[in-house]
This record gives sequence, C-alpha cells and structure tokens, in this order.
Amino acid sequence: MKRIKSMLAFVMFMSVFVLGGCSNLTVLDPKGPVAEQQANLILFSIGLMLFIVVVVFVLFTLILVKYRERKSGPDYEPPDIEGSTFLEIIWTVIPIIILIALAIPTVKTIYALEEPPEATAHKEPVVIHATSVDWKWVFSYPEEDIETVNYIHIPEDRPILFKLASADSMGSFWIPSLGGQEYTMAGMMTELYLQADEPGEYRGRNSNFTGEGFADQVFTVTAETEEDYAEWVEEAQEAPELTQEKYNELMLKGHADEMTFSSTHLEWVNHAMDAEYATKVRNGLPLDEDNSHGSHEDHEDSEDEDHDSHKGHGDHDDHSKSEDKDTHSESH
Amino acid sequence: MKWDEFFVTGDPLIYGADVSIALTLIGVIFVLTYFKKWKWLWTEWLTTVDHKKLGIMYVMAAVMMLFRGGVDALLMRAQLTVPDAGFLDSTHYNEIFTTHGTIMIIFMAMPFLIGLMNVVIPLQIGARDVAYPFLNAVSFWTFFMGAMLFNISFVIGGSPSAGWTSYVPLAGLELSPSVGQNYYLLGLQIAGIGTLLTGINFLVTILKMRAPGMKLMQMPIFTWSSLITSVIIVFAFPVLTVALALMTFDRLFGSHFFTLMDGGMPMLWANLFWIWGHPEVYIVILPAFGMFSEIISTFARKTLFGYKAMVYSMVVIAGLSFLVWVHHFFTMGAGGAVNSFFSITTMLIAVPTGVKIFNWLFTLYKGRIKFTTAMLWSLAFIPNFVIGGVTGVMLAMAAADYQYHNTYFLVAHFHYVLISGTVYACFAGLHFWYPKMFNHRLNEKLGKWTFWIFVAGFNLCFFPMYFLGLAGMPRRVYTYGAADGWMSLNVLATMGGVLMGIGFLILVYNIYFSFRYSPRETTGDPWDGRTLEWATAAPVPFYNFAHVPEVKGHDAYWIAKKEGRAKEKKPYKPIHMPSNSGVPVIMSTFFFISGFGMVFSWHWMSIAGLIGVLATMVIRSFDYDKGFYVSVEEIEKHEQTTE
Repeated sequence: MKRIKSMLAFVMFMSVFVLGGCSNLTVLDPKGPVAEQQANLILFSIGLMLFIVVVVFVLFTLILVKYRERKSGPDYEPPDIEGSTFLEIIWTVIPIIILIALAIPTVKTIYALEEPPEATAHKEPVVIHATSVDWKWVFSYPEEDIETVNYIHIPEDRPILFKLASADSMGSFWIPSLGGQEYTMAGMMTELYLQADEPGEYRGRNSNFTGEGFADQVFTVTAETEEDYAEWVEEAQEAPELTQEKYNELMLKGHADEMTFSSTHLEWVNHAMDAEYATKVRNGLPLDEDNSHGSHEDHEDSEDEDHDSHKGHGDHDDHSKSEDKDTHSESH
Repeated sequence: MKWDEFFVTGDPLIYGADVSIALTLIGVIFVLTYFKKWKWLWTEWLTTVDHKKLGIMYVMAAVMMLFRGGVDALLMRAQLTVPDAGFLDSTHYNEIFTTHGTIMIIFMAMPFLIGLMNVVIPLQIGARDVAYPFLNAVSFWTFFMGAMLFNISFVIGGSPSAGWTSYVPLAGLELSPSVGQNYYLLGLQIAGIGTLLTGINFLVTILKMRAPGMKLMQMPIFTWSSLITSVIIVFAFPVLTVALALMTFDRLFGSHFFTLMDGGMPMLWANLFWIWGHPEVYIVILPAFGMFSEIISTFARKTLFGYKAMVYSMVVIAGLSFLVWVHHFFTMGAGGAVNSFFSITTMLIAVPTGVKIFNWLFTLYKGRIKFTTAMLWSLAFIPNFVIGGVTGVMLAMAAADYQYHNTYFLVAHFHYVLISGTVYACFAGLHFWYPKMFNHRLNEKLGKWTFWIFVAGFNLCFFPMYFLGLAGMPRRVYTYGAADGWMSLNVLATMGGVLMGIGFLILVYNIYFSFRYSPRETTGDPWDGRTLEWATAAPVPFYNFAHVPEVKGHDAYWIAKKEGRAKEKKPYKPIHMPSNSGVPVIMSTFFFISGFGMVFSWHWMSIAGLIGVLATMVIRSFDYDKGFYVSVEEIEKHEQTTE
C-alpha cells in the first residue's frame, strides 16, 4: 500500500512537471482548418482513451489491494474460475463500440482532408509545388512564376494546394500548426491541402529522416492578408530568373539560405515525373537532351497508369532508361 | 583500401571501445587458457545441441546486446538533453539510433524471448528436446554470428546510419555509400536464417513432441503463444529475406530494385519491410503475453481466466498482424480508401488485446497475489501496456496520424509497448525461470530494487515524449534549438534514461550476487508452479524427464500435485538423445566470413566463405550419427543425485 501511494505521488509529481513543461503543444493549438480537424479528432480520441485507462487502472488497483497475499493470509486457497462467457462478451463488445465511435470520425476526416477545407472550397486554391532536396526545400508557384528556397508566403483564409515531390531521399512535408504531414517522393506526386486562418509565422520542416543534414531541413511559412500576399508576389516577381545552372547547384547535397527567383524549375524538370534528375546532376551524367519537353512526354507515357499508382506518376520513359544504364554503372 | 578506411578512426569514444574490446578478448583467452577451459568450452557449450544450454547462450547474448543498445540509448539521451548540444555530431548520432533500433529488436528482444522459449517450451510440453536439436544449434550460431557481424561495424568500416527501417533511397548506394549499410543487410540476413529455422523448429516441436495426453487446448499458454509466434515467423521472415537480398543486389551488384535510377521502386522497400516488420512486432509481443499469463496465474494461485479466449485472441492478433502494415506510412498518400481500411484493421487489434487485459485482471480477481519480482514485472506491464495500447489506437486513426507520424509521440508509443511488453516480460521470465537455467534463484531484494528503479525511470523517460511529439519534435533529429521549447521535457526523459541504466546495472550485479550467494535449488519447483517445467528435478538432467509425464488437462503439474501423482516411481527405460556437433558453430563462422567479405565486396572472401558453408552442409548430410541411448543405470544414478 505504501508503495502504491508513493507511486501515485510520483505520477502526480511527474504530471505536474510534464504539464508545466509543455505549454506549447503545437499540434493541439491549430492555426488553420486542417490542423483544427485533426486537433479535434485527437482530443476526442484522448477523451475516449482516458475512459478506458481509468476503468483499467481502477480495476487493477482495487484487485491488487483486495487480493494481495498479505491481506488474505497464506491459508486462503483461491477458487479456480475457468472464465465467464458473459463477462468476456462484455469486454469484447464494449471495445468494439468504442472503436466504431472512433472509426467513423476517423474515416470522415480522412476523406475530408483529401479535399480543400469546406468553408473556403469556393475559393481558387494557391498551388505550390514543394520539393525536398537534401537538405533544403524548394517551392515553386507555377501560376505566379515564383520560386523560393526554404520559405514561403501564403494568403490567409484561402486553401493552399501543395504538390509534393522529392529530388532524392524520401522526405515528409510538415507544418504542424497548419496540419498533418505528407511524404515527398522522387518520381511520385502527393497532394496536401493546408490553410492558415490568421496571419503569422509558422515553422515547417522535413520530419522524415534524410541523413546528415536532416535536423536543419526546415523552412518558414508566412501567412498574411490577401493584400500583403499580393504585394509580396509582385516583389518576388522582380527577383532574378532561375537558371538551370543555378538550380543544379541546389541539387547538390547541403543546406541553402533563403532565396527568391522569378521563374520556376518546372520549366525543365518536375521531380514528380523524373526521379533521376538530382542523381544525374550529382554524378555529372547527361541530362535529357530536350529538357523542356522531357517531363511532358513522360506524363503522356504514364497516363494509363495514373489510375492505379497513387496520385503520382512513375517515370516510364524506356529511352532514357536504356541510355543511362551504362553510364550509371561506370560511375560506381 | 587503406587501414584508416578499414578501421573507424578519429573518435575518442571509438578508440576507447577498441581498447576495451581488445582487453576483453585478451582477458577471455587468458582465463580460458590459464584454467584449461578450452575443451570444456568446446564440448559443453560450442558443440551442444541441448535446448537448455542453447537457451542460456541466447539469453546471455541478449543481455550483452541489451547493454550495447542501452549504451546507444544513453548516448542519444545525453546528446538531446539540452538544445544545440555538441556531444555527438549528426553522423555519429544517426549511426547510434540506427544501431540502437536494429540491435534492440533483432539482436536483443527476439533472442531474449527465443532463449526463454528454448529453455522452457520442451520442458513445458514434457519433451526431451526440440524436434530438430541440430537445427536449433544452427539457429543460435547463425543468430550469434549475424549479431557479431553487425556489431563489429562499430569499429571496422563504420556503422549503418539510415535508421533501423533502412528506407531507400536514403539507404541506397547513392546516398549511403559507406559499407555500414552492407553490415545491416548481411548481419540481418545471417541472423534471419536462424530465426526462420527457429520458427520451423518450434512449430514442429510443439505440434509433434507433446507428452501423451496433452491436447492442443491443454497446452500451457506460453506454449500456445510460442506456437503462434512460430507460425508468424514462418510467414513473415521470408519476406525480409527477399527484401534484404534485393537491396544487397542493389548495393553490391548494381541492380535497380529500389534505386532512383532506371525505374527502381523505393516505395516497394517500405512495403516489403513492413509486411515483415509489423508481424515482427507481434513476434516479440506474443511470447511476452504468454509469459505474463504463466506468471500471473502462478502468483495469483489461480488458473488462467478465460484460457480459450486467450488462445483465440492470440490467433486473431496473429492474423490481423499481416493486414496492418500500411499504418506505418499513412502519409505516403495512398488515398482515402486505403488509409481507411488500414486504420480500421489496426484499430481492430485493440479488441483481442483488450480481451487479454481483462482476462489477466480477472485471473488476479479472487486470487492470492504474491508480489515476487517476476510478478511485479508482470503487474507493472498491465497499466504501462494499456498506456502504450491506447496511444496505439490513437496512432491508428490515419487522419490524426498525419500529425503524430515521425514524431516523439510515435517514439513514446512504441517504447511503451515494446519495453513494458517485451522487456518487462524478458525480466519477468528471467526471474521466473532462472532456477530452471542456473539452479538458483535471483535475489529478490535486488530484483525489486531493479524493478522499482527501472519502472520509474521508464515512465519518466518515455511519458514526456508523448508531449514532445505533440509539441512538434520529430524523431531522429540529432539536436534542436532553444527556441523550439523542447528542453524541459527532454531533461526529464534523460533523467529517466539514467534511472533505467542504473536499474540494469543492479540486475547485472544481481546475476553475479545470486551466482555467489543464492542457495541452490533442491526441489525443482521453487514457485509452486502449475506447468510441467516445474516437474523436472533440480538441476534439470540433460534428458529433462526420466519418465515422460502424463497430462490430464491444462496446468498439468498443478493437477498432478493435487492428485498426488507428482513423485510417482516407475521403472526407467533407456532414453534416446542427440549427439553434440561442431558443425553448426563452424558453418556459422563460415557464414560470418562470407558476410564480412560481402560487406567490403571482397568476393574471393565471400566465395570462400560460401564454399565453407556448403562443405559443412555436405559433411552434415553424410553424418550417420543417430544419437545415443542413456542407459537405465545412468538414469538411476542421475535421479538419485538430483532427488
């Protein structure tokens, strides 16, 4: 009993410490409708789970206190109870009911997150291609013709459609204040809707381990009013154009400072369709001859397969495959 | 290749390890030579096919690996205690978390459980050994050589650093050119042979070698859990074997299964890995469930509540374990239908698991609960595992998982289930069956000190991590900034980690202390046990049972004791036993040599090693040794000394 008391005291002491130490639970402090849906789901599930935890802990404590040997004495011979179908049905059915209560909102939210947030669905989303490269983030705004490195600006109260890809290792695009993450993969495209409800600076990062520079593969998100955003776009459009040479430098492993350009790399490569680009640049292999059309052709080739392979596109250009084989093996 | 490319250089920690490894080796060789123990080592241990001795070697190796993995963990905790710490650099940290994960799962948890299975299962079912004793020795030695191959990467060539999941393209040649990843592939491949053979061996043993009268539904629950585990191993491990082989081809021979170039499919690796990986976590949790059931039933002095439900729930868990692998990458963008399906299958696992929790509680209900060390571990498992379990359900909700994935929330969850499930079970089982292995008990007082310190440390270490995850701290970062605000919780976690380390040291001291001072067993039944392993004499004779016991229901020995049949005398018959063999250890050494050659692409060496493996197989195939008979006189002599 003394031990149980001291354990309880310890748990209480610890929880005070823990709760004191975490006033900034980003995930439970959502700044947009996507993160909000997720935070609500999380809080709902914590509630149900706490109920289960309390039931088990109370039963556990009562049984241990009541049936410990020091209390019942060494002569007490316990009855042999084989089981109880009635009780066992109860603790099969109740968890199933709890799980149904969890599964319905889960499935609803899973599907809801595939679409832009309901409240702003009528607004045209801002499309941003986010590409992870060891160990930096490259963002392209195809409609605005802007490219940034390691930072983005977004308008508030408008859905943002992130089209995610990776130039090399698999990353995960995550802005915890605005919503959950999604993988970035080379040769695949994944899509993620996010939205900010209020102006502010939010931290974004890669959360999927990518090796040496992983811890610093971060970016900042500035959410601002439509006017401020429009102003920023105009400003950014005056930045120098992105050359392929400059872009290829970004393909090399390493970190980069924040950068702004007034054209995008989508003109010559879309990593969602070309998994090989960064590897070729790093090994000095020849890039596709007609770059501006390369990705376009790939797209047509793989169109039949769009239905079964995620939302992405595999690179199925047989020509480039056979050409590269020899040069690639030499490089090792 | 120059010598400084071969040996890892430039780090004082590693030089320290070099020196201590060399000193330990010299010490071991000196002691063996000085006390003339080489022959003893060879005949008693290296060539043994006795399941009890193999079990002991498994457990000893696992405790060593627990030490290695634990040191890794403490180094990580030291680095993460404060923001921007410079104790470890990124590369070093990455290597350490990779080896920590791999070692703890593959070379600690599994061998610890398999070791206890080896010791206990044949005794529990009233058999004199496993179905294939020779194969059992091959299992142990391939595991051991695989583990050693993986471990030397630390000082020779460099450790793998792409995470224990080894996701490609990161783990591919292009992005991880060092030989470290080859160690991962070959170490796991060689150890995997052993695990697969163990699965086959225990499947056959449990199905074919049970004492007369023991029906399937009368088997001890730990035997049931081992049977189901064996089935999972047999279905899951071939997937790992193939996946590892494909990545090995990619890295050594320039194929393109998982590469970015030439149409490789990196996502295929993630799928294959987790089709093995998720059943794998049930491989390390089901035997744990079995052990807790035995121990709780013994120290509550009651038969297991709802035995049948316990069995069926394990069968359901095993089936579901193959249907949930996608929950490890809900964030891959597979679409609503796929994520919904895998969310629901994953949540379903909570149902049979919940049934088990309540059945354990009702086994305790109206019992006479004795708080031995083994029982304390089993009891602490219940509340801690429930915390791990309910957070598992939360992670199963894909829409919420997008926020938990790759964070410390996940890290907290799987440590809660793996430590309070598997590690507590290893400690509980070790204390419980220690008398069967070493013929004395572990000291209870020291055992309880370990228990309280370790359990307090564990909760202090991992509970804060749930909040770190919700505060946005991703896993596998080697450092963080002060502005992130993650420090106070990390300080708590490190304090907890240190406590766990202290608990472990007390356990090691306990092993030494009990060896010196614990009274030797005389009865073979120190805990008033319920199953057949407690019917064997102390120490357990190498043939286990002088008479094959007869079984009249589950809790066979308990029933026998009640009916007064426990110490019946009957005339002995000669016992057939398998002969020792040096082939398994030699064959596995050749595997090691071949693997080491492949790590460095020294093909002459790997081919020579493989020829050696083949030669030992041929030698084994033409070995007509059918074992030997223990004569009645010898049995009588044995039984008199052990009574």
